[in-house]
Amino acid sequence: MKKRRSKILYVDHKFCPGCGHGIVNRLVAEVLEEMNEDKGAICAVAVGCSSLMPDTYGVDIVQSQHGRAAAVAVGIKRCRPDNMVFSYQGDGDALAIGFSETMYAAIRNENITVILINNNNFGMTGGQMSPTTLENQRTTTSPYGRDVSLTGKPLDVMKLMGTLDVAYLARGTLTDIKEITKTKKYIRKAFEAQKNKAGYSLVEILSPCPTNWGMTPLNACKHINQVVQSVYPLGEYQGGGK
Amino acid sequence: MTRKLMKGNDAIAEAAIRGGCRFFAGYPITPQSEILEYLSWRMPEVGGVFIQTESEISGISMVYGAAATGARAFTSSSGPGFSLMQEGISYIASAELPCVIVDVQRYGSGLADIFTGQGDYWQAVKNGGHGDYRCLVYAPNSVQETVDLTVSAFDKAEEYRNPVLILTDASIAQMMEPVEFPALKDHNQDALPWAMNGKGDGQNKRHTSIMYYNLDYDNYLKNKYDKIIEKEQQWEEIKTEDAELVLVAYGISSRICAEVVEMARKEGLMVGLIRPITLYPFPVKAFEKLEKVKYFASVEMSCLSQMIEDVVMAARCRPTYPIRGGMKVYEAEEILSAVKDIFAGNAKEVY
Repeated sequence: MKKRRSKILYVDHKFCPGCGHGIVNRLVAEVLEEMNEDKGAICAVAVGCSSLMPDTYGVDIVQSQHGRAAAVAVGIKRCRPDNMVFSYQGDGDALAIGFSETMYAAIRNENITVILINNNNFGMTGGQMSPTTLENQRTTTSPYGRDVSLTGKPLDVMKLMGTLDVAYLARGTLTDIKEITKTKKYIRKAFEAQKNKAGYSLVEILSPCPTNWGMTPLNACKHINQVVQSVYPLGEYQGGGK
Repeated sequence: MTRKLMKGNDAIAEAAIRGGCRFFAGYPITPQSEILEYLSWRMPEVGGVFIQTESEISGISMVYGAAATGARAFTSSSGPGFSLMQEGISYIASAELPCVIVDVQRYGSGLADIFTGQGDYWQAVKNGGHGDYRCLVYAPNSVQETVDLTVSAFDKAEEYRNPVLILTDASIAQMMEPVEFPALKDHNQDALPWAMNGKGDGQNKRHTSIMYYNLDYDNYLKNKYDKIIEKEQQWEEIKTEDAELVLVAYGISSRICAEVVEMARKEGLMVGLIRPITLYPFPVKAFEKLEKVKYFASVEMSCLSQMIEDVVMAARCRPTYPIRGGMKVYEAEEILSAVKDIFAGNAKEVY
């Protein structure tokens, strides 16, 4: 079979080996091209590992401030209502420093799509604890494991947003072909919600971070299947038609 | 053209509309909330976007996104909220995008209070966010001038692809004066070559710090601001030709100082006034021709004096005195008495 490469991926990405970002980059690119929305797409990209994208990702792209990508996307969408507008953010960006901007874009049911890569840590800065770090997970700022009696429990954005009147919410992962295909379907549904002007859509993707988890890429995928998914269950949470 | 009696804040809001602005995102704070209130009905009337945001951080972020699409975008706040915007302003400046921001100054640090002040000078004029950039800063002293400068701010922001600030104060923003507005200006965001609208059939666009792609970044930036310093200085001067003492004041303080000049002259004291209309660039050209002036005084509603450092530099370190105010608008008599102290040798220089 001939390998087809999305035109949006015009330069090789710069993520670590085994990182999930590269796959998500590709899925979003393929969905936009398959929907014929790539030429009008505009991305508000986060600060973190995501900020490697302006050099490699071939859609119009605004480098947002740390945590503010959803608000930047809202500014773009309100001025370009016919373009496909999305933010691309990590869990530290969207759920720690950007919690307020992330939640309020959903509360207002803004017609944007949020792609949220959840790898349970601040990747770019070297693996510090993030809001989604698992209980007892060791990071560079929770060297004895995350103590939830001090930090509170891992943050589940699906639960938080589940009460809101938004168009589409789903959580996928990337651990095998089947899951990658499902995740791509979620991303497609999210962009379709935007296209139909149904309002806010968010897809959270449980993503391996072998570098900061200290695991091989295969073991990182196993860890997601065996541990991470039990804290963050997969599936469609809103607008899935179930 | 009809003149109408209008409050400063309402006039700023209408002027933004006249200047082609169709995007506002902001948060309530006294004494600027009328801008928000006015635009909440006026923006929809002209087909523009009005968003009441969850914070000033979100407001400036939305302005950033809107500006990236070529829209004329605008936000406003006062002291504490203006502090929250600094991160966003630094990003917008670094990406070379245009926008207009109004800071209606109130008095004091921290929560501060809602009465008039001029303590945000450094934050507005000396790049309040991180890194190296400057905003073009206008300091109107009447409602009409607020209108004129707000309209032109949008043009200048686009000309230099840089944020432009209107640094006004609670007095000018809350007073009512007769104003005339220019006709509605049309703005075509698609006419701007850098405006994002998707890549179409061409190369995608990126709005991020120009530092990453400009190999001569340091010189480029220096030259950019040098050009602004050379071309954009604006000021008003009153009786400076034969003055021995020149007062320097902007905004509401400058109106009191104009009165002080008249009072002093009647008593035979040779006093003049330089009123900066642009605070960045500071109007150093106004000082260059004043070789005979013996003393300068910076009159500002700030208990620690901020603009005075620019006055000292512009005056090339000739004797410069602070005349400080705050908590209330000066009485002309108070300034006149400080002026007499300077002439009598009873005042203390700033350094």
